[in-house]
Amino acid sequence: MMTKGMVIIGAGECGGRAALALRELGYDGPVTLVGDEPHLPYERPPLSKDAMVADAPLIKAIASDAILAERSIRHIHSVLAVAIDRTAHVVRLSDGSALAYDKLLLATGSVPRKLPMPGLGGRCVYLRTFNDALAIRAHLSAGNRIAIIGGGFIGLELAAAARRLGAAVTIIEAQPRILMRGVPAEIAGVIHQAHEAEGVKILCGEGIAAIADDGAEVRIALAGGHDIVADLAVIGIGAMPVTGLAAEAGLTVDNGIAVDAELRTSDPDVFAAGDCCSFPLAIYGGRRVRLEAWRNAQEQGALAARNMLGAGEAHAAVPWFWSDQYGLTLQIAGLSDEGRSIVRRDLGDGAFILFHLAEDGRLVAASGIGAGNAVARDIRLAEMLIAKQARPAPEALGSQSVKLKSLLAA
Amino acid sequence: MSDWVEACDAEDIDEEDVMRFDHGGRTFAIYRSPDDGYFATDGLCTHEKVHLADGLVMDDVIECPKHNGRFNYKTGAARGAPVCVDLRTYPVKVDAGKVLVRIG
Repeated sequence: MMTKGMVIIGAGECGGRAALALRELGYDGPVTLVGDEPHLPYERPPLSKDAMVADAPLIKAIASDAILAERSIRHIHSVLAVAIDRTAHVVRLSDGSALAYDKLLLATGSVPRKLPMPGLGGRCVYLRTFNDALAIRAHLSAGNRIAIIGGGFIGLELAAAARRLGAAVTIIEAQPRILMRGVPAEIAGVIHQAHEAEGVKILCGEGIAAIADDGAEVRIALAGGHDIVADLAVIGIGAMPVTGLAAEAGLTVDNGIAVDAELRTSDPDVFAAGDCCSFPLAIYGGRRVRLEAWRNAQEQGALAARNMLGAGEAHAAVPWFWSDQYGLTLQIAGLSDEGRSIVRRDLGDGAFILFHLAEDGRLVAASGIGAGNAVARDIRLAEMLIAKQARPAPEALGSQSVKLKSLLAA
Repeated sequence: MSDWVEACDAEDIDEEDVMRFDHGGRTFAIYRSPDDGYFATDGLCTHEKVHLADGLVMDDVIECPKHNGRFNYKTGAARGAPVCVDLRTYPVKVDAGKVLVRIG
C-alpha cells in the first residue's frame, strides 16, 4: 500500500512539473518538493535572456504559493537532500529532518562546470540560479566591460543581453569556433556574425594562461599573448549533472544518474529526470544521452510522474531546444551528430533549416535559424518526421515549394 | 451588428493552417480547420506573448512556436504545460468568400 507518498528532490522545471503532474494524474497521497534555492520553482531560460535586460529581473514561477497550496504540494525550500536510505525508503535533509517515500524522483539538475584555474575571485561568476542572474545583472550597464569565457548558449545569450544594456563584451572560446557542441558550423556562423555586427568581440581558439581577480577588475591573460581586462568575467563552459546524492546512495551513474527508458534508476523505487540523468533514446538505437534543455526537463518531469504511478511508459520525445539572441531564434530538433549529410532549405529573409540525414536516409535532426519564429513551424514538423524515423526525399526537404506537412502524411 | 470585421479571403488560409490578423491595435489568429471550419482567437500565446500564427496547426490544436504550449483553437482551452491560461476566442463567419470576425 502506498502511504508515505512521493518525494521529489530538486524544485526546478523538472521537479516542479513532476509535482504538478502527479496531482493532474489524480494522485492524492503526500507530494513533497525539496529545493535548495529560496524561491518557488521557476523557469530558468529567461535568466540569460529577458530577465537580464529588465531593470529589475523578476522570477517567472512555474507555480505560485497559492497553486502549490491548492494542490497540497508541500514545498520545502532552501534545504539540501544529503542522503538517501534506500532500504528504509527515507531521504535525509540538511536541516536534520527526514522524509519517507514510496517513490522518489531525483530532479537535481546540473551546475555550471567550474573553470579549473587559480586566481578566480568575486568578479568571476557563473550563471545558474535567479540569484546568480541578479548578481550579474548589476554589472550589465553601459560602459562596463564584460568578459565571457565560453562561446556556448549561456555565454552568447548573456552577451546579447549585455549589449542591449550597452556593456562592452568580449567572448573567449577555446575551440576554433563558437557552439562547437551540437550546432552546425553554418548556423554558428550566422550567430557569430550577428554578435560581431552588434559589437561583440569574439576570440576563438584562444586559451587562457592565467586569471587575476583583485576584486575590482579581472585580468585574463590569453595564451596568445595579450590581456583582456574586465569588470566582470562570466564563465559559461558547460554544465555538470548533480549526481553526488545518487552516487552515494549506490545508484548507477553514467554521465548523469543512469535511468532506463522509463526514467527508473537502478533502484525501481527511485526515478531521475531532467538535466541530472542519462537515458537511452530509442530513435537513435538506444544511444545513452543526457540533455540540458528546458523542454526535456518538462517532459521528463511529467513522464516520471506518470511512471511513478505505474504507467510504464517509455520516453519517446525528440530532443529539442532553442536559443534567442538579438532578433534571431535558433531551434534544433534531434541530435545533429547522428547525421552524415546535410540538406539545406531556405525559408526566405535569411532564415534556413539544415536537415541532417543518416546514411540510410533517415531524418535524424533539423537545425534552423532565422528572425523571430521564422523556423519554428518547420522545425516542429521536422521533429515529427524524426520521431517517425521517416526517410523523406532530400529533394523534397530542400525545396521550399514542398510543404513539410505533406511529407508527414506520406 | 457592426463589429464584424473582415479579416481575409477564405482562400487565403490553407486547410489546417493559421494566419495572423491585426486590427485596431490588437492581434488575432484566424484558423481554418481540416474540416473547413473557420475560427479566431487572440493572437498571442498566454505564456509569453508570442504570435501563435507562426505556430503549427494539427487537427483542432494550435501549438505555440516558441515553447510548444498547446491550445484548442475552437474553444481556446489550454492543453497543458507550459500554458495554463485559456485563449480568448471570437465568433467567425464566412460571407461571400470573406472571413469575418466579431471582435468584442
